[in-house]
Amino acid sequence: MSLQFIVDGLLTGSMIGLGAIGVTLTYSILRFSNFAHGDFMAWGTYATLAVVSAIGATFGKVAPIGPLSFGWPLIVALIIGMAFTALLALLLDKVLFARLRSQGQAIIVVMASFGASMALRSLLEFTFTSRPTYFSRAIQIAMPVGFGIRITPDQIALLLLTAVLVLGVHLLMTRTQTGRSMQALSQNAALARIVGIDVASVVRVTWIIGGALACVAGVMIGILVQIRPFMGFDMLLPMFAAAILGGIGSIPGAVLGGLIIGLAEAGAVQLIGAEWRAAVSFIILMAVLFVRPIGLFGVRER
Amino acid sequence: MSETVLDVRNLEAGYEPGVPIVRGASITVRKGEIVVVLGPNGAGKSSFIKAIAGLVPITGGKVFLDGKDITAAPAHTMVRLGLAFVPQTENIFPLMSVEDNLKVACGILERREIPARIDEMYAAFPDLVRQRRTAAGNLSGGQRQMLAVARALIVHPKVLVLDEPSAGLSPKFVSMVFEMLAGIRKSGVTILLVEQNAKAALAIGDRAYVLVEGKDRHEGIASELWNDPVVAELYLGQRPLKAEKTPHAGKGDAA
Repeated sequence: MSLQFIVDGLLTGSMIGLGAIGVTLTYSILRFSNFAHGDFMAWGTYATLAVVSAIGATFGKVAPIGPLSFGWPLIVALIIGMAFTALLALLLDKVLFARLRSQGQAIIVVMASFGASMALRSLLEFTFTSRPTYFSRAIQIAMPVGFGIRITPDQIALLLLTAVLVLGVHLLMTRTQTGRSMQALSQNAALARIVGIDVASVVRVTWIIGGALACVAGVMIGILVQIRPFMGFDMLLPMFAAAILGGIGSIPGAVLGGLIIGLAEAGAVQLIGAEWRAAVSFIILMAVLFVRPIGLFGVRER
Repeated sequence: MSETVLDVRNLEAGYEPGVPIVRGASITVRKGEIVVVLGPNGAGKSSFIKAIAGLVPITGGKVFLDGKDITAAPAHTMVRLGLAFVPQTENIFPLMSVEDNLKVACGILERREIPARIDEMYAAFPDLVRQRRTAAGNLSGGQRQMLAVARALIVHPKVLVLDEPSAGLSPKFVSMVFEMLAGIRKSGVTILLVEQNAKAALAIGDRAYVLVEGKDRHEGIASELWNDPVVAELYLGQRPLKAEKTPHAGKGDAA
């Protein structure tokens, strides 16, 4: 078999992993499964696309950076898109989740997120149609790197970006007061308040991180695959699988879970056919959970 | 007499509206004192102290800290106001290291003050230094209690409030915890605690209140209270009141 599946798997895994960070944070801090998380990805991607188009209309055609398929407008647009997606997540929390959360039943919040997911997706289809679109139609030449593996400059750049973001979030969680407050809130909400942590502000940070990373994951899909209103929703199950596989609440776990599922999917496509793609990740998920029900990096509640 | 730090007047509190657990309890805590709140099981001691800390909804009465009305203050603002609370159970973050447990509580301190303050806590609780990188969930019961108290003290509280610090500890650790509290008082910290272990608590306390059915029923000097017949009636249930019909009064009856 060709080793190309490693590159494909790492890329898919990066997209899943970046999304799974948001899923795992929402689950561990707000204690509900946010089914609208995939749609944050799609909204972030379309917002980034809109900004790219606006920059293109204002400044004319901009040359791409070196061998990459995109220039500075996409980088600027991505940062704006991340801010936009973070705001969208905050807004949705304010008008919907926060109100339902205060009534206490997690399942109601989960169902509300399902409804929000459908509404957000339909709004995208209504505004941008469901026809796929692209950041760039330029074709990139993949460079051979040995062992029969080929990789494009875009793919290298996005893998590096993922590594930087994951490291950044990990350091934020473990080395800063904000991160410690988030950990504290996920472990014991009542005690967090007692030690002086303002729960509302930690919740805001959680949405900002989750939303911004969802946007990056979506834009990665947009650059490497295509942009569609369903692009995020289709990632939902792999993202949840990654978050559970890695152990709910664990950032390194979510990313590793994403990479495992990405690699398994890519390997399965090569070995047994593309129609088994989704099934393989769930077989792995179930196998791991039978052996270790708390996930790879999960910790038993004490 | 020295100034009042904590003044609780006619406190009424409960989780559900119309079902008060605390029904008009009043206490005062003066600067530098250890005040103990005793009472039989189900007297509302725990709810009383949690209500003061902002964790149980207050439906009536007032709480003043250093003369300032803190009755309606949300729980997360209490440390800033000067009240540090140590819950009875689950009073540490089990998956965080000992050091992170201390750091996470330093939110109201100046950033540059934090390392020195953590070192002071380690100096006061040497057991914790050796375990600074250990996940707090792996500590022994006594060490957990130390960490919880250190975490509360780190923000220079005006009053340290503890909910049954001896609960669930083996006798060896119980005496250790009370020695620790006596030592903390010597360093000038005012302490209010609720306690089931009346004998040990009265041994270190200055004054004590007995809470029965959500009301403060008796107040006295801690050292005298242990032999007070009223306390024996109210709290220990050893000598039931003549007029009261108490079929389940004595624990020893069954034996």
